[in-house]
Amino acid sequence: MTREKLLEVKNLQKHFAVGKKNTIKAVDGVSFDVYKGETFGLVGESGCGKSTTGRTIIRLYDATGGEVKFAGEDVHGKKNKSELLKFNRKMQMIFQDPSSSLNPRMTVLDIIAEGLDVHKLVKNDAERKAKVEELLEAVGLNREHATRFPHEFSGGQRQRIGIARALAVDPEFIIADEPISALDVSIQAQVVNLLKKLQKERGLTYLFIAHDLSMVKYISDRIGVMYMGNLVELAESDELYNNPIHPYTKSLLSAIPLPDPRYERTRKRISYDPTVHDTDGEFELREVTPGHFVRCTAKEFERYQNEQKNK
Amino acid sequence: MDKNNLNNIPKDLFVPLVRKEDTSDRISTPSRTFFQDAKRTLFNNKPAVFSMILILFIIIMSIVGPWMNSFGSDEQDLKRAKMPPRVPVLENVSWLGMDGTLSGTFQGKDVQQATAKANARFDRKEEFIDIKVINKGDGTRNSAEVKATYHIYEAKDMKDTYFWFGSDALGRDQWTRLWEGTRVSLIIAFVAAVLDLVIGVAYGGISGFYGGRVDNVMQRIAEILVGIPNLVIILLMMLVLKPGIISIVIALSITGWIGMSRIVRGEVLKLKNQEFVLASRTLGTSNGTIIRKHLVPNISGIIIINTMFSVPGAIFFEAFLSFIGLGIVPPDASLGSLIDLGFDNLRLYPYMLVFPAIVISVLMIAFNIVGDGLRDAFDPKMHK
Repeated sequence: MTREKLLEVKNLQKHFAVGKKNTIKAVDGVSFDVYKGETFGLVGESGCGKSTTGRTIIRLYDATGGEVKFAGEDVHGKKNKSELLKFNRKMQMIFQDPSSSLNPRMTVLDIIAEGLDVHKLVKNDAERKAKVEELLEAVGLNREHATRFPHEFSGGQRQRIGIARALAVDPEFIIADEPISALDVSIQAQVVNLLKKLQKERGLTYLFIAHDLSMVKYISDRIGVMYMGNLVELAESDELYNNPIHPYTKSLLSAIPLPDPRYERTRKRISYDPTVHDTDGEFELREVTPGHFVRCTAKEFERYQNEQKNK
Repeated sequence: MDKNNLNNIPKDLFVPLVRKEDTSDRISTPSRTFFQDAKRTLFNNKPAVFSMILILFIIIMSIVGPWMNSFGSDEQDLKRAKMPPRVPVLENVSWLGMDGTLSGTFQGKDVQQATAKANARFDRKEEFIDIKVINKGDGTRNSAEVKATYHIYEAKDMKDTYFWFGSDALGRDQWTRLWEGTRVSLIIAFVAAVLDLVIGVAYGGISGFYGGRVDNVMQRIAEILVGIPNLVIILLMMLVLKPGIISIVIALSITGWIGMSRIVRGEVLKLKNQEFVLASRTLGTSNGTIIRKHLVPNISGIIIINTMFSVPGAIFFEAFLSFIGLGIVPPDASLGSLIDLGFDNLRLYPYMLVFPAIVISVLMIAFNIVGDGLRDAFDPKMHK
């Protein structure tokens, strides 16, 4: 079955200049595809470039190199205003911090309707209000909340408002940049389930960025693991969890705590030592088993393949 | 109905529960905007409210004060120079100092010598001088002491004249000049505040919002400007312009706004990377709309506070310039120039200094308290 690729990221690079000489390679050659209707999870430790990848994909940052194609169209190319607006409608973003992602001086109505106003999707105030109330109910909020200000809501409710704002323009693809990291654990599940429900109802495609591995596994179809600006492993989520190949992934998975004392007593943290890698030869994302990619050199690739065969 | 019979409940007894309106997520407190909240906090702050009333009173007085008596601010008459304050009704309260008399203690080797000194001091109009002996003295130097009270209004045959705050060395009415001076000071302060607002906010906003090279160049220019002392600019201005309101305002407008521009720049730098601004960008909102809808409402509180604090600064700057003689020139008055004149006569006619000094102190303290109150009001953490 060949699935339709909605987003193609090819060798994406984003470098930040620090001072005159130094650059930080936040994202250094990341490639992956996101298929229509799936949830692609992006995990990694803090500062590994997950958020930068997301923000570069949606044009908040200009890419230093590489290519992003959305539905076959180049995202980063020169665009005129109407093309840009069209692109903005198709791709939306949900932000991490529910307290800073909503303007404290605007009512919920104005926050959610911002996209409607920019894209002129509604003709009059009554329609605008109706549409916002419909969105509020879609994300599980009360329609009376429209006149309220963000500071009157809890973190989970604010995140729902953020989701409603992204949904207002009927996007096809949503980048969720750690949407649950700042929330209470009990609320995290609610928000993730809301995202799942909306995906089913509206046929959305997600790029889900997070560092909470168990949550990512729960929501994602495929997962990419990032380390130091590179994608080190990419596989179906079950495959990645059951059969991690890259040492960094193994280390990352060993860090997941479980609420089971017997397991916890025997759980051993594997620390990642980058020196175990073969240093000669090009590092590349190679397909070790079908659908399971690992970043490695040619030598390592052979070794990984042998390990997999002998399993 | 017994327990064993539970399975045999007729079906028609079951009625679906009518779904009540969902009240679980309703917020019961009234919805208030940020500014409503700020207003409430401000008006609960009693010192700030009192200060606002004081400021309003001084502003009103500076407008109507000069017309409350018949003296003009530049009516000179040396015959009535240096008259002490005299206010109807209050003149009967001796300790207020509003009774239109001059008094002083004089010393000599005996009462006679001391009295002679008093007469010499008070125009030798003995019939209008009350002498009260405090110490008879024993013939040694300065051992005798008398207190002399000079009824100057009677002595000058001006029984029906009332200089409420006295008159100055040229016989001009202090009351009229004080309120006209206050008006000048306030005008300079408000012009300075408006300049602060317009130039400072625009400069800081542009510098912060566009960032990068634009920011770099603009900040270097601001640093050069702030490096030039204000006094040097004023002195150079004297070469081109006459001292007066215009040169003070120009001096203030060259460097006064830099503090404001730095604060606005900092705020804009902070805000423009906030997630709600990024969210707005991903929605395709234009720069103008982002500035108008997201940035300006979020820094307006800080702008208002800073404007409030820049007012007393400007008042003081004007007073300072006038005091050293670089500001307002006679016959115009300002609080600074009045204090300067009063300072010259401090020992003998203290009322010339006291009234303008009180007005300028009250103004500055009141503006500072209101500014403090505003800062508390615009700090979201203070809202209850």
